[in-house]
Amino acid sequence: MQRLPELICPAGSLPALKAAIDNGADAVYLGLKNDTNARNFAGLNFDHRSASEGIRYARDRKRKVLMAINTYARGGDSLRWRAAIDEAAALGVDAVILADMGLLAYAHERHPALRLHLSVQGSATNYEAINLAQSLFGVQRAVLPRVLTLDQVRHVIANTSVEIEVFGFGSLCVMVEGRCLLSSYATGESPNSHGVCSPARFVRWEDNGQGMDARLNHILIDRYGASETAGYPTLCKGRFEVEGHTDYVLEQPSSLNVLAMLPQLLDAGVAAIKVEGRQRSPAYVAQVTRALREALDQAGQSTQRFSVKPAWQQALAKVSEGQQVTLGAYDRPWK
Amino acid sequence: MPVPDFTLPPFGRRWLQRLPATPPAWLLVHSLNQLQKRQVLAADMSLLSGKTFAVEICDAGLTLTFCADDERFHTGSSGDAPDLRLAANLADFLRLMLREEDPDTLFFSRRLRIEGDTELGLIVKNLLDSVDWDSTPLRRFMQH
Repeated sequence: MQRLPELICPAGSLPALKAAIDNGADAVYLGLKNDTNARNFAGLNFDHRSASEGIRYARDRKRKVLMAINTYARGGDSLRWRAAIDEAAALGVDAVILADMGLLAYAHERHPALRLHLSVQGSATNYEAINLAQSLFGVQRAVLPRVLTLDQVRHVIANTSVEIEVFGFGSLCVMVEGRCLLSSYATGESPNSHGVCSPARFVRWEDNGQGMDARLNHILIDRYGASETAGYPTLCKGRFEVEGHTDYVLEQPSSLNVLAMLPQLLDAGVAAIKVEGRQRSPAYVAQVTRALREALDQAGQSTQRFSVKPAWQQALAKVSEGQQVTLGAYDRPWK
Repeated sequence: MPVPDFTLPPFGRRWLQRLPATPPAWLLVHSLNQLQKRQVLAADMSLLSGKTFAVEICDAGLTLTFCADDERFHTGSSGDAPDLRLAANLADFLRLMLREEDPDTLFFSRRLRIEGDTELGLIVKNLLDSVDWDSTPLRRFMQH
């Protein structure tokens, strides 16, 4: 038996939190109802009451709750972010997931007992950056951006005592985490400052008679044929005309799925595997958590004898963006 | 038990289309108001007030139209065009309600259409997702 990485699952609502716990998540991560987290969607997320109830539900079942406060505080306006950290500490979460260095310093000084995780939005892709965050702020875990190959993940782990968390499943983006400004070109708002890639009030889906047009702030970003699968309405996944040819220019809608690579991730010694999707419904959280829980448990029995069950693949493929999955950056045989 | 794959047959559709849409719309509105009254549906009515919603059950040929004011939901429309239109087949609406399927999944596979005010759609989706059926007698129908 191998020591298993923690399975970290998303919760955008109390029922999603319960679905994650009931289906085998070791920890859930959540955010407050404001722009202090990177899923600032209308009607999503937690207030003090629902967060307290969620923490109680998790703790009664010996699971953990992490709070994402992973957008960047605006200059001269960091009160909301500091208040979110104070609230997380008061609620008694098991850790806060932060990206902004000023906020890491604030949390470290004001709440020395509060465990700090460096968010994927912190964009630390090498062990020097991670070790610096450890020595400056006492960061105990870092979530790696989804740009590293498996060998690079191993290299980071070999050179740091900070726990390493990697993404295991979920919708992919262009992965310039913490630095992406794309959506602000169309909407004036970027995920790092406002907590959402394509704010819903800028999004329109229109039936054009033959299919569906997706518009972001009136700009046509994609046109789906009647039977084509769709993705999220973000600029990075739009189709654009370049030199007379219209196609995906930056990224195709797809989801990361590491099932086939679980034994290697376990052997590499990752501390946790994260599932993306706080914006998704309890049904998604339940289906994805269940599949990954079974897969992790089986890989933990023996990494040599591990084989991916078709039922897990089907469950994950079905809920994937664009209904296609990839190993993403982990698998770069030429590197 | 999962909702089986089905599409209402054309004769069913023809038959249903002859019926007035008001009774199903009334049933929907009444259920929403009951859920809201019992605080199962934690709706912030200020976000929904004055909006008209159209739920189109494609294979039944039925469109249920309702609107909201500051306090409750009503059948009928408060304006000309609905602010939000959701369209899917009956089986997929059932799967959504029973939490067998996630709306984003249905949207990616083009089985759910969302038109109009997307932010309003997100508010409605997240409102339905936040309903904790464990606190209601309906919990035995819900599976995780």
